[in-house]
Amino acid sequence: MSILIDQNTKVIVQGITGRDGSFHAKQMLEYGTKVVGGVTPGKGGQEVNGIPVFNSVKEAKDATGCTAAVIYVPAKFAKDAILEDITNNIPLIICITEGIPVLDMVEVKKALATSQCRLIGPNCPGLISPGKAKIGIMPGHIHKAGNIGVVSRSGTLTYEVVFNLTAGGLGQSTCVGLGGDPIIGTRFVDILKMFQEDPDTKGIVMVGEIGGGDEQLAAEYIKNHVTKPVVSFIAGRTAPAGKRMGHAGAIISSGDSTAEAKMQMLRDAGVTVIDFPDEIPQALAARLK
Amino acid sequence: MKIHEYQARNLFAEYGIPVAQGDVAETPDEALKIANQTGFPVVIKAQVLVGGRGKAGGVKVVGNAADLVSEFNRIKNLNIKGYTVERLLIARAIDIKKEFYLAVTIDNIKGDVVIIVSAEGGVEIEETAKTHPDKIIKFYMQGVKALDEARWAPVAAQVFGDTHLQKSATAILVKLLKLFFEKDCSLAEINPFVINGEGNLMAADAKVIIDDNALDRHPELVVLRDMKYEDADELEAKEKGLSFVKLEGNVGCIVNGAGLAMGTMDAVNLLGGRPANFLDVGGSSNPQKVLNALKIILRNKEIKVILINIFGGITRCDDIANGILTALKQIDIPVPLVIRLTGTNEKEAKILLTDAGLTTYTSMRQAVTEAVKVAK
Repeated sequence: MSILIDQNTKVIVQGITGRDGSFHAKQMLEYGTKVVGGVTPGKGGQEVNGIPVFNSVKEAKDATGCTAAVIYVPAKFAKDAILEDITNNIPLIICITEGIPVLDMVEVKKALATSQCRLIGPNCPGLISPGKAKIGIMPGHIHKAGNIGVVSRSGTLTYEVVFNLTAGGLGQSTCVGLGGDPIIGTRFVDILKMFQEDPDTKGIVMVGEIGGGDEQLAAEYIKNHVTKPVVSFIAGRTAPAGKRMGHAGAIISSGDSTAEAKMQMLRDAGVTVIDFPDEIPQALAARLK
Repeated sequence: MKIHEYQARNLFAEYGIPVAQGDVAETPDEALKIANQTGFPVVIKAQVLVGGRGKAGGVKVVGNAADLVSEFNRIKNLNIKGYTVERLLIARAIDIKKEFYLAVTIDNIKGDVVIIVSAEGGVEIEETAKTHPDKIIKFYMQGVKALDEARWAPVAAQVFGDTHLQKSATAILVKLLKLFFEKDCSLAEINPFVINGEGNLMAADAKVIIDDNALDRHPELVVLRDMKYEDADELEAKEKGLSFVKLEGNVGCIVNGAGLAMGTMDAVNLLGGRPANFLDVGGSSNPQKVLNALKIILRNKEIKVILINIFGGITRCDDIANGILTALKQIDIPVPLVIRLTGTNEKEAKILLTDAGLTTYTSMRQAVTEAVKVAK
């Protein structure tokens, strides 16, 4: 089993006629993902790599019965693309686009709250259930089917971790890239819960970084709800201190967001925290015994 | 993007939020002219984008022209946390009866806009938040842009007490929210938010931060950027779609993705080296970006080696390889390159680089180890 996506997930690609959209639609198709359509307003009726293009999400959904949408449109159109998916009840929305204004995401969060939809991202690499489907931009060939769940805030750092897992003989159930923006649709705790409940996920790798309060919330969640072994890497120990956001930033933030503080909280929650991505397979193997 | 107090004050005034009469001055003559219009006493405030200017002596109330000139000159010559003072705000001094705190910002985890308000404003607000969190009230907008006045009323009553103040505070808050949403702020803060001698509320300071991702739709705000606070190389990098931060070490780094870029810096450090910079070439990279990245990094004369660590996803390794080859033809690269490429179009990239006589690595640890060795 896997979480969120599998061989039956039917995906539409928003922005399929763009450089990134068309390239990655082809890559997803080659990986075996059921890419059933694309959406670019005004270009309905065309085909990209044999995939039919529609003018709207509604047209695409009516014609294909898609269950997921992946977004490659430019930042200024991304909010409307996500809202169009929500209006049309697309259960899973993956937004790859980076650089979306924060207040646009506040609107998106409001719409999500009263919907049945789940958003992954924005500014994320997407997700993959190896051997079944990939939705996003990650290189498929570095993955291998197996029992390790991977969840990360980063894109390329996740590939690094997966590359090491695969090299170490540890396949993955699902790998989820949450995205690097301040406001994202899905957070560590959401995915940790799914991995904990997924019978085929035996161990979890969590990749975090400095800034924000998500790793702290994840540590709290792991302490109370996760019985499966968790190994973590936190990037940014040598990064210069973040910029201050007036007094309000300090008032609103949940305490210390340095890499060291996060690592300590995770250790206190029973997580094995490693120093270098290539130490993950060994640490995980030890915990899985 | 941070803007200066005088710029934020102008925005406040544009939205009808009361501020003390005044303007910004660069010379004592200009300062005198402003003070003659506002009347004494006036407050002189250094315009710098760093905190703690009050403690550094950058704020002073004066009662006459002679003191204004001498204090103006003293403050203008200050160096506040490494920054010289170019401009000073001259404003009518407010007879402050009480200080509140009022801010609008974003709670990222909740994904919502939040109003923060307290009856105990002033420079100690963060301390108050720690020691007496009950004295700070957070009011969430619940995804809407208009103030829900029925829900807000009890908060206003609790913080501001008498009816006149409640009404006045609410009216100002509505204007602050309008500014916050229309200008794509990530912060709009009034601290202190004061009651003056006439018993009216006004903003005694103004702090506004604009969301960088939203600057495209605000050309009127882009021009407010103070270039003095931007590293020239970092700014140039940003214009070219790169994200760059200069550090103290000698191992130049070119990486794709912020997480891996930080992970690479950590790895250099862990294996005994010192990273010279953070540089993320971003996704969708074209060969030109690599050339630009190399040019910027090579301006740092401390550099002994350049480590290129690429894990292709949306970035295609062959694009990076072509960028490296173009750079080798167009510019002089006086230090060794240690190249690690893996992921999307890795095979094509390795063929290109091997044909040109360059060595590539697949393992990050091997590449970082080699780069650290070369730098020593």
